[in-house]
Amino acid sequence: MSTQPSTIASPSGTPADVPKLCYVRNRRHDAPDAWTLEIEFDDRNPFHYTPGQFNMLTAFGVGEAAISISGPPGRGRLIHTIRDVGPVSHALTRLAPDDPIGVRGPFGVGWPMAIAEGQDVVIVAGGLGLAPLRPAIYDILSRREKFGDVRLLYGARRPEDILYLSEIEEWRKKSDININITVDHAGMDWPGHVGVVTRLLSCVRMEASRTIAMLCGPEVMMRFVAASLIEKGLGVGRIFLSMERNMKCAIGHCGHCQLGPTFICRDGPVFTFERMGPLMSVKEL
Amino acid sequence: MEKLEYNLCAHPFFAGLDTSLTDLTVSCAQESHFGAGEFIFHEGEAADHFYLVREGHVALQIAAPGRGPATFLTVGPGEVFGVNWLASPYRWSYDARAIEPTLAVALNAACLREKCENDPALGYALTKRVLPVLIERLHACRVQLLDLYGVRS
Repeated sequence: MSTQPSTIASPSGTPADVPKLCYVRNRRHDAPDAWTLEIEFDDRNPFHYTPGQFNMLTAFGVGEAAISISGPPGRGRLIHTIRDVGPVSHALTRLAPDDPIGVRGPFGVGWPMAIAEGQDVVIVAGGLGLAPLRPAIYDILSRREKFGDVRLLYGARRPEDILYLSEIEEWRKKSDININITVDHAGMDWPGHVGVVTRLLSCVRMEASRTIAMLCGPEVMMRFVAASLIEKGLGVGRIFLSMERNMKCAIGHCGHCQLGPTFICRDGPVFTFERMGPLMSVKEL
Repeated sequence: MEKLEYNLCAHPFFAGLDTSLTDLTVSCAQESHFGAGEFIFHEGEAADHFYLVREGHVALQIAAPGRGPATFLTVGPGEVFGVNWLASPYRWSYDARAIEPTLAVALNAACLREKCENDPALGYALTKRVLPVLIERLHACRVQLLDLYGVRS
Protein backbone atom coordinates (compact mmCIF):
# COMPACT_ATOMS: atom_id res chain seq x y z
CA MET A 1 0.00 0.00 0.00
CA SER A 2 1.43 3.39 -0.90
CA THR A 3 0.41 6.99 -1.35
CA GLN A 4 -0.40 8.41 -4.74
CA PRO A 5 2.46 9.92 -6.75
CA SER A 6 3.26 13.50 -5.91
CA THR A 7 1.76 16.27 -7.98
CA ILE A 8 3.38 19.62 -7.52
CA ALA A 9 0.57 22.07 -7.73
CA SER A 10 0.56 25.82 -7.37
CA PRO A 11 -2.14 28.42 -6.94
CA SER A 12 -3.87 28.88 -10.25
CA GLY A 13 -1.89 31.04 -12.60
CA THR A 14 1.08 31.37 -10.25
CA PRO A 15 4.40 29.65 -10.87
CA ALA A 16 5.36 27.30 -8.07
CA ASP A 17 8.46 29.31 -7.22
CA VAL A 18 6.81 32.73 -6.96
CA PRO A 19 4.81 33.72 -3.87
CA LYS A 20 1.35 35.07 -4.46
CA LEU A 21 0.35 38.18 -2.56
CA CYS A 22 -2.43 37.42 -0.08
CA TYR A 23 -3.75 39.07 3.06
CA VAL A 24 -4.18 37.92 6.62
CA ARG A 25 -7.80 38.32 7.65
CA ASN A 26 -7.78 36.86 11.14
CA ARG A 27 -5.26 35.83 13.77
CA ARG A 28 -6.07 33.59 16.73
CA HIS A 29 -3.94 32.61 19.69
CA ASP A 30 -4.29 28.81 19.97
CA ALA A 31 -1.56 27.86 22.43
CA PRO A 32 1.12 29.72 24.40
CA ASP A 33 3.48 29.67 21.40
CA ALA A 34 1.09 28.99 18.50
CA TRP A 35 -1.11 31.25 16.46
CA THR A 36 -3.58 30.45 13.69
CA LEU A 37 -3.77 32.74 10.67
CA GLU A 38 -6.70 32.96 8.29
CA ILE A 39 -5.43 34.04 4.91
CA GLU A 40 -7.65 35.36 2.17
CA PHE A 41 -6.90 34.09 -1.26
CA ASP A 42 -7.98 35.58 -4.56
CA ASP A 43 -11.56 34.37 -4.99
CA ARG A 44 -11.19 34.26 -8.76
CA ASN A 45 -8.64 31.49 -8.40
CA PRO A 46 -9.98 28.92 -5.93
CA PHE A 47 -7.28 27.33 -3.85
CA HIS A 48 -7.47 23.54 -4.10
CA TYR A 49 -5.51 21.35 -1.74
CA THR A 50 -5.70 17.97 -0.09
CA PRO A 51 -5.37 17.34 3.66
CA GLY A 52 -1.74 17.03 4.65
CA GLN A 53 -0.28 19.37 2.03
CA PHE A 54 1.71 22.46 2.96
CA ASN A 55 2.36 25.99 1.75
CA MET A 56 5.44 28.14 1.79
CA LEU A 57 4.48 31.31 3.64
CA THR A 58 6.48 34.51 3.24
CA ALA A 59 6.82 37.15 5.90
CA PHE A 60 7.96 39.95 3.61
CA GLY A 61 11.39 41.26 4.48
CA VAL A 62 12.12 38.33 6.78
CA GLY A 63 11.86 35.07 4.90
CA GLU A 64 9.85 32.03 3.93
CA ALA A 65 8.83 28.94 5.88
CA ALA A 66 7.01 25.70 5.11
CA ILE A 67 3.79 25.52 7.08
CA SER A 68 1.18 22.77 6.91
CA ILE A 69 -2.33 23.70 5.92
CA SER A 70 -4.41 23.20 9.03
CA GLY A 71 -7.89 24.27 8.02
CA PRO A 72 -10.74 22.34 6.48
CA PRO A 73 -10.71 22.30 2.69
CA GLY A 74 -13.17 24.33 0.69
CA ARG A 75 -13.90 27.24 3.02
CA GLY A 76 -12.41 29.95 0.87
CA ARG A 77 -9.68 30.92 3.28
CA LEU A 78 -6.38 29.28 4.01
CA ILE A 79 -5.83 28.32 7.63
CA HIS A 80 -2.32 27.90 9.02
CA THR A 81 -1.38 27.21 12.62
CA ILE A 82 2.16 28.39 13.22
CA ARG A 83 4.47 27.88 16.14
CA ASP A 84 6.73 30.79 17.01
CA VAL A 85 10.14 29.09 16.99
CA GLY A 86 12.42 31.16 14.77
CA PRO A 87 12.73 34.54 13.04
CA VAL A 88 10.42 33.69 10.11
CA SER A 89 7.75 31.94 12.15
CA HIS A 90 7.97 34.74 14.72
CA ALA A 91 7.33 37.31 12.00
CA LEU A 92 4.47 35.25 10.58
CA THR A 93 2.79 34.92 13.98
CA ARG A 94 3.07 38.71 14.46
CA LEU A 95 1.06 39.44 11.31
CA ALA A 96 -2.20 41.24 12.00
CA PRO A 97 -5.45 41.36 10.02
CA ASP A 98 -4.97 43.08 6.64
CA ASP A 99 -1.20 42.55 6.69
CA PRO A 100 0.19 41.15 3.42
CA ILE A 101 1.62 37.65 3.32
CA GLY A 102 3.17 35.62 0.51
CA VAL A 103 1.83 32.17 -0.31
CA ARG A 104 3.39 29.49 -2.50
CA GLY A 105 1.70 26.16 -2.79
CA PRO A 106 0.08 23.86 -2.09
CA PHE A 107 2.91 21.35 -2.18
CA GLY A 108 3.50 17.71 -1.49
CA VAL A 109 1.60 14.50 -1.00
CA GLY A 110 -1.10 14.58 1.65
CA TRP A 111 -2.91 12.04 3.81
CA PRO A 112 -4.24 8.90 2.08
CA MET A 113 -7.88 9.87 2.34
CA ALA A 114 -8.98 7.65 -0.55
CA ILE A 115 -7.12 4.65 0.85
CA ALA A 116 -8.65 5.27 4.29
CA GLU A 117 -12.21 5.05 2.95
CA GLY A 118 -13.94 1.96 4.25
CA GLN A 119 -11.24 1.48 6.89
CA ASP A 120 -11.04 2.16 10.60
CA VAL A 121 -8.83 5.18 11.15
CA VAL A 122 -6.51 5.77 14.08
CA ILE A 123 -5.14 9.30 14.16
CA VAL A 124 -2.24 9.93 16.53
CA ALA A 125 -1.07 13.50 17.00
CA GLY A 126 1.62 14.97 19.21
CA GLY A 127 1.93 18.65 20.06
CA LEU A 128 1.55 20.88 17.02
CA GLY A 129 1.21 17.70 14.94
CA LEU A 130 -2.53 18.03 15.32
CA ALA A 131 -2.46 20.98 12.90
CA PRO A 132 -1.58 19.01 9.72
CA LEU A 133 -4.08 16.33 10.75
CA ARG A 134 -6.94 18.76 11.29
CA PRO A 135 -7.91 18.95 7.57
CA ALA A 136 -8.00 15.13 7.50
CA ILE A 137 -10.28 15.05 10.55
CA TYR A 138 -12.62 17.58 8.94
CA ASP A 139 -12.59 15.60 5.72
CA ILE A 140 -13.54 12.44 7.60
CA LEU A 141 -16.26 14.23 9.57
CA SER A 142 -17.71 15.72 6.39
CA ARG A 143 -18.31 12.26 4.93
CA ARG A 144 -18.25 10.21 8.07
CA GLU A 145 -20.28 7.34 6.63
CA LYS A 146 -17.42 6.41 4.32
CA PHE A 147 -15.11 5.44 7.18
CA GLY A 148 -15.23 2.81 9.90
CA ASP A 149 -14.34 3.52 13.53
CA VAL A 150 -12.41 6.74 13.90
CA ARG A 151 -10.21 7.44 16.87
CA LEU A 152 -8.06 10.44 17.70
CA LEU A 153 -5.24 10.05 20.22
CA TYR A 154 -3.60 13.34 21.05
CA GLY A 155 -0.61 14.06 23.24
CA ALA A 156 0.37 17.53 24.35
CA ARG A 157 2.99 18.94 26.66
CA ARG A 158 0.64 20.50 29.22
CA PRO A 159 -3.14 21.08 29.34
CA GLU A 160 -2.70 24.70 28.23
CA ASP A 161 -0.81 23.52 25.12
CA ILE A 162 -3.76 21.55 23.74
CA LEU A 163 -4.64 22.94 20.33
CA TYR A 164 -8.17 23.62 19.08
CA LEU A 165 -9.69 22.74 22.44
CA SER A 166 -13.15 24.12 21.65
CA GLU A 167 -13.22 22.21 18.38
CA ILE A 168 -12.09 19.03 20.09
CA GLU A 169 -15.02 19.42 22.49
CA GLU A 170 -17.33 19.74 19.49
CA TRP A 171 -15.84 16.66 17.87
CA ARG A 172 -16.21 14.85 21.18
CA LYS A 173 -19.93 15.59 21.29
CA LYS A 174 -20.22 13.66 18.07
CA SER A 175 -20.52 10.06 19.13
CA ASP A 176 -18.85 8.86 15.95
CA ILE A 177 -15.30 9.90 16.77
CA ASN A 178 -13.52 8.60 19.82
CA ILE A 179 -11.04 11.08 21.32
CA ASN A 180 -8.41 10.52 23.99
CA ILE A 181 -6.03 13.22 25.10
CA THR A 182 -2.99 12.88 27.30
CA VAL A 183 -0.45 15.42 28.52
CA ASP A 184 3.13 14.94 29.64
CA HIS A 185 2.83 17.14 32.71
CA ALA A 186 -0.19 18.36 34.65
CA GLY A 187 -1.24 19.91 37.92
CA MET A 188 -4.01 18.84 40.26
CA ASP A 189 -6.71 20.57 38.24
CA TRP A 190 -6.26 18.39 35.14
CA PRO A 191 -8.79 15.55 35.23
CA GLY A 192 -7.53 13.74 32.14
CA HIS A 193 -4.74 11.35 31.25
CA VAL A 194 -1.08 12.03 32.02
CA GLY A 195 1.63 10.07 30.24
CA VAL A 196 3.10 9.65 26.78
CA VAL A 197 0.72 9.26 23.86
CA THR A 198 1.81 5.67 23.19
CA ARG A 199 0.14 4.66 26.48
CA LEU A 200 -3.23 5.62 24.99
CA LEU A 201 -2.67 3.02 22.30
CA SER A 202 -2.49 0.23 24.84
CA CYS A 203 -6.23 0.63 25.49
CA VAL A 204 -7.16 0.65 21.80
CA ARG A 205 -8.50 -2.50 20.24
CA MET A 206 -8.03 -2.52 16.53
CA GLU A 207 -8.66 -4.84 13.65
CA ALA A 208 -5.25 -4.58 12.03
CA SER A 209 -6.38 -5.80 8.62
CA ARG A 210 -8.84 -2.92 8.21
CA THR A 211 -7.13 -0.08 10.03
CA ILE A 212 -5.18 2.86 8.69
CA ALA A 213 -3.08 4.96 11.04
CA MET A 214 -2.12 8.59 10.47
CA LEU A 215 0.63 10.01 12.67
CA CYS A 216 2.01 13.48 13.04
CA GLY A 217 4.26 14.86 15.74
CA PRO A 218 7.89 14.82 16.78
CA GLU A 219 9.83 12.17 14.89
CA VAL A 220 10.77 10.26 18.05
CA MET A 221 7.13 10.11 19.06
CA MET A 222 6.10 8.81 15.64
CA ARG A 223 8.80 6.15 15.78
CA PHE A 224 7.53 4.85 19.11
CA VAL A 225 3.87 5.08 18.06
CA ALA A 226 4.66 3.16 14.87
CA ALA A 227 6.43 0.50 16.95
CA SER A 228 3.35 0.16 19.19
CA LEU A 229 1.06 -0.10 16.16
CA ILE A 230 3.26 -2.76 14.59
CA GLU A 231 3.15 -4.64 17.89
CA LYS A 232 -0.63 -4.55 17.58
CA GLY A 233 -0.34 -6.19 14.18
CA LEU A 234 -0.65 -3.19 11.90
CA GLY A 235 1.36 -3.54 8.69
CA VAL A 236 4.03 -0.91 7.95
CA GLY A 237 2.19 -0.01 4.75
CA ARG A 238 -0.90 0.92 6.77
CA ILE A 239 0.94 3.44 8.91
CA PHE A 240 1.21 6.92 7.39
CA LEU A 241 3.21 9.74 8.89
CA SER A 242 3.95 13.34 8.08
CA MET A 243 7.64 14.17 8.11
CA GLU A 244 9.17 17.50 8.98
CA ARG A 245 12.47 18.62 7.54
CA ASN A 246 14.08 21.90 6.60
CA MET A 247 12.06 22.62 3.47
CA LYS A 248 13.28 25.58 1.41
CA CYS A 249 12.32 25.35 -2.25
CA ALA A 250 9.35 22.99 -1.80
CA ILE A 251 9.77 21.61 -5.32
CA GLY A 252 12.59 19.11 -4.87
CA HIS A 253 15.40 21.25 -6.27
CA CYS A 254 17.49 22.55 -3.40
CA GLY A 255 17.99 19.35 -1.39
CA HIS A 256 17.61 20.96 2.04
CA CYS A 257 14.88 18.50 3.02
CA GLN A 258 16.53 15.47 1.50
CA LEU A 259 16.32 12.34 3.63
CA GLY A 260 18.35 9.59 2.00
CA PRO A 261 17.03 9.27 -1.54
CA THR A 262 13.82 11.12 -0.65
CA PHE A 263 12.84 14.75 -0.92
CA ILE A 264 10.36 15.38 1.88
CA CYS A 265 8.85 18.41 0.14
CA ARG A 266 8.26 16.70 -3.19
CA ASP A 267 7.75 13.04 -2.29
CA GLY A 268 6.03 13.74 1.04
CA PRO A 269 5.54 15.12 3.59
CA VAL A 270 3.20 12.14 4.10
CA PHE A 271 4.83 8.74 3.67
CA THR A 272 4.18 5.19 4.72
CA PHE A 273 6.23 3.89 7.62
CA GLU A 274 7.26 1.16 5.22
CA ARG A 275 9.21 3.80 3.34
CA MET A 276 10.27 6.07 6.19
CA GLY A 277 10.93 3.52 8.94
CA PRO A 278 14.33 2.38 7.62
CA LEU A 279 15.44 5.99 7.08
CA MET A 280 14.23 7.15 10.49
CA SER A 281 16.39 4.56 12.19
CA VAL A 282 19.57 5.95 10.60
CA LYS A 283 20.95 8.35 13.19
CA GLU A 284 23.12 10.24 10.71
CA LEU A 285 20.14 11.26 8.55
CA MET B 1 -14.28 -14.86 47.58
CA GLU B 2 -15.30 -16.37 44.24
CA LYS B 3 -16.06 -12.93 42.84
CA LEU B 4 -12.71 -11.64 44.10
CA GLU B 5 -10.94 -14.60 42.53
CA TYR B 6 -12.73 -13.92 39.25
CA ASN B 7 -11.77 -10.22 39.35
CA LEU B 8 -8.18 -11.14 40.04
CA CYS B 9 -8.01 -13.65 37.18
CA ALA B 10 -9.81 -11.28 34.82
CA HIS B 11 -7.29 -8.51 35.34
CA PRO B 12 -4.69 -8.28 32.52
CA PHE B 13 -1.86 -8.31 35.06
CA PHE B 14 -2.77 -11.88 35.96
CA ALA B 15 -3.54 -12.98 32.40
CA GLY B 16 -2.04 -16.37 31.66
CA LEU B 17 -0.86 -16.96 35.21
CA ASP B 18 -1.15 -20.57 36.32
CA THR B 19 -4.35 -21.04 38.33
CA SER B 20 -2.49 -22.61 41.22
CA LEU B 21 -0.38 -19.44 41.53
CA THR B 22 -3.39 -17.16 41.25
CA ASP B 23 -5.08 -19.16 44.00
CA LEU B 24 -2.13 -18.45 46.26
CA THR B 25 -2.63 -14.70 45.93
CA VAL B 26 -6.41 -14.61 46.45
CA SER B 27 -6.05 -14.72 50.22
CA CYS B 28 -3.96 -11.50 49.99
CA ALA B 29 -6.59 -9.66 47.94
CA GLN B 30 -9.49 -7.41 48.77
CA GLU B 31 -11.79 -5.14 46.78
CA SER B 32 -11.11 -1.44 47.32
CA HIS B 33 -13.23 1.58 46.42
CA PHE B 34 -11.94 5.13 46.33
CA GLY B 35 -13.96 8.29 45.91
CA ALA B 36 -13.08 11.05 43.45
CA GLY B 37 -10.22 13.10 44.88
CA GLU B 38 -9.45 10.60 47.62
CA PHE B 39 -5.80 9.95 48.36
CA ILE B 40 -4.97 6.25 48.21
CA PHE B 41 -1.53 6.68 49.70
CA HIS B 42 1.07 9.33 50.33
CA GLU B 43 4.78 9.53 49.60
CA GLY B 44 6.92 8.14 52.41
CA GLU B 45 4.29 5.85 53.89
CA ALA B 46 4.74 2.09 54.00
CA ALA B 47 4.00 0.44 50.66
CA ASP B 48 1.43 -1.89 52.13
CA HIS B 49 -0.61 -2.75 49.02
CA PHE B 50 -0.29 -3.42 45.33
CA TYR B 51 -3.26 -2.21 43.29
CA LEU B 52 -4.89 -3.61 40.16
CA VAL B 53 -7.26 -1.01 38.71
CA ARG B 54 -10.61 -2.32 37.51
CA GLU B 55 -12.56 0.90 37.03
CA GLY B 56 -11.74 4.60 37.21
CA HIS B 57 -8.45 6.45 36.99
CA VAL B 58 -5.74 7.20 39.49
CA ALA B 59 -3.22 10.06 39.30
CA LEU B 60 0.32 9.41 40.50
CA GLN B 61 1.80 12.65 41.75
CA ILE B 62 4.95 14.20 43.14
CA ALA B 63 4.96 17.52 44.93
CA ALA B 64 7.77 19.98 44.24
CA PRO B 65 8.46 22.82 46.68
CA GLY B 66 6.81 26.01 45.52
CA ARG B 67 5.14 24.31 42.58
CA GLY B 68 2.54 22.10 44.20
CA PRO B 69 1.77 18.54 43.22
CA ALA B 70 2.32 17.50 39.62
CA THR B 71 0.82 14.42 38.03
CA PHE B 72 3.42 12.37 36.19
CA LEU B 73 1.21 9.44 35.22
CA THR B 74 -2.40 8.35 35.26
CA VAL B 75 -3.37 4.71 35.38
CA GLY B 76 -6.71 3.26 34.38
CA PRO B 77 -8.62 0.02 34.00
CA GLY B 78 -6.39 -2.98 33.34
CA GLU B 79 -3.32 -1.23 34.71
CA VAL B 80 -1.49 -1.49 38.03
CA PHE B 81 0.19 0.87 40.46
CA GLY B 82 2.12 0.56 43.68
CA VAL B 83 4.96 -1.67 42.51
CA ASN B 84 7.01 -0.45 45.50
CA TRP B 85 5.60 -3.46 47.34
CA LEU B 86 8.24 -5.58 45.65
CA ALA B 87 11.41 -3.69 46.50
CA SER B 88 12.95 -2.68 49.80
CA PRO B 89 12.46 -0.34 51.67
CA TYR B 90 8.77 -0.88 50.71
CA ARG B 91 7.80 2.79 50.90
CA TRP B 92 5.80 4.90 48.47
CA SER B 93 7.89 7.32 46.47
CA TYR B 94 4.88 9.34 45.23
CA ASP B 95 1.25 10.09 46.07
CA ALA B 96 -1.69 8.27 44.50
CA ARG B 97 -5.06 10.00 44.24
CA ALA B 98 -8.27 8.77 42.62
CA ILE B 99 -9.33 11.18 39.87
CA GLU B 100 -12.80 9.67 39.73
CA PRO B 101 -14.62 6.91 41.62
CA THR B 102 -12.20 4.02 41.36
CA LEU B 103 -12.51 0.32 41.90
CA ALA B 104 -9.37 -1.76 42.43
CA VAL B 105 -8.20 -5.08 43.73
CA ALA B 106 -5.73 -4.35 46.53
CA LEU B 107 -3.20 -7.05 47.29
CA ASN B 108 -1.69 -6.89 50.76
CA ALA B 109 2.04 -6.34 50.31
CA ALA B 110 3.27 -8.23 53.37
CA CYS B 111 1.05 -11.19 52.51
CA LEU B 112 2.21 -11.16 48.90
CA ARG B 113 5.89 -10.94 49.85
CA GLU B 114 5.51 -13.85 52.26
CA LYS B 115 3.82 -15.97 49.57
CA CYS B 116 6.59 -15.10 47.14
CA GLU B 117 9.30 -16.02 49.66
CA ASN B 118 7.63 -19.35 50.30
CA ASP B 119 6.95 -20.11 46.67
CA PRO B 120 9.73 -18.92 44.32
CA ALA B 121 7.61 -19.90 41.30
CA LEU B 122 5.02 -17.32 42.37
CA GLY B 123 7.73 -14.77 43.10
CA TYR B 124 9.29 -15.29 39.68
CA ALA B 125 5.92 -15.18 37.91
CA LEU B 126 4.95 -11.90 39.59
CA THR B 127 8.39 -10.39 39.01
CA LYS B 128 8.06 -11.25 35.31
CA ARG B 129 4.77 -9.34 35.28
CA VAL B 130 6.00 -6.34 37.23
CA LEU B 131 9.18 -5.92 35.19
CA PRO B 132 7.50 -5.06 31.85
CA VAL B 133 5.40 -2.47 33.67
CA LEU B 134 8.54 -0.90 35.08
CA ILE B 135 10.33 -1.01 31.72
CA GLU B 136 7.37 0.55 29.94
CA ARG B 137 7.16 3.32 32.53
CA LEU B 138 10.89 3.92 32.51
CA HIS B 139 10.76 4.24 28.73
CA ALA B 140 7.76 6.59 28.94
CA CYS B 141 9.62 8.63 31.54
CA ARG B 142 12.64 8.96 29.23
CA VAL B 143 10.37 10.14 26.41
CA GLN B 144 8.72 12.66 28.75
CA LEU B 145 12.17 13.91 29.76
CA LEU B 146 12.94 14.61 26.09
CA ASP B 147 10.14 17.19 26.27
CA LEU B 148 9.32 16.39 22.65
CA TYR B 149 6.54 18.94 22.32
CA GLY B 150 8.60 21.78 23.76
CA VAL B 151 10.31 24.38 21.64
CA ARG B 152 13.66 23.18 20.39
CA SER B 153 16.46 25.60 21.23
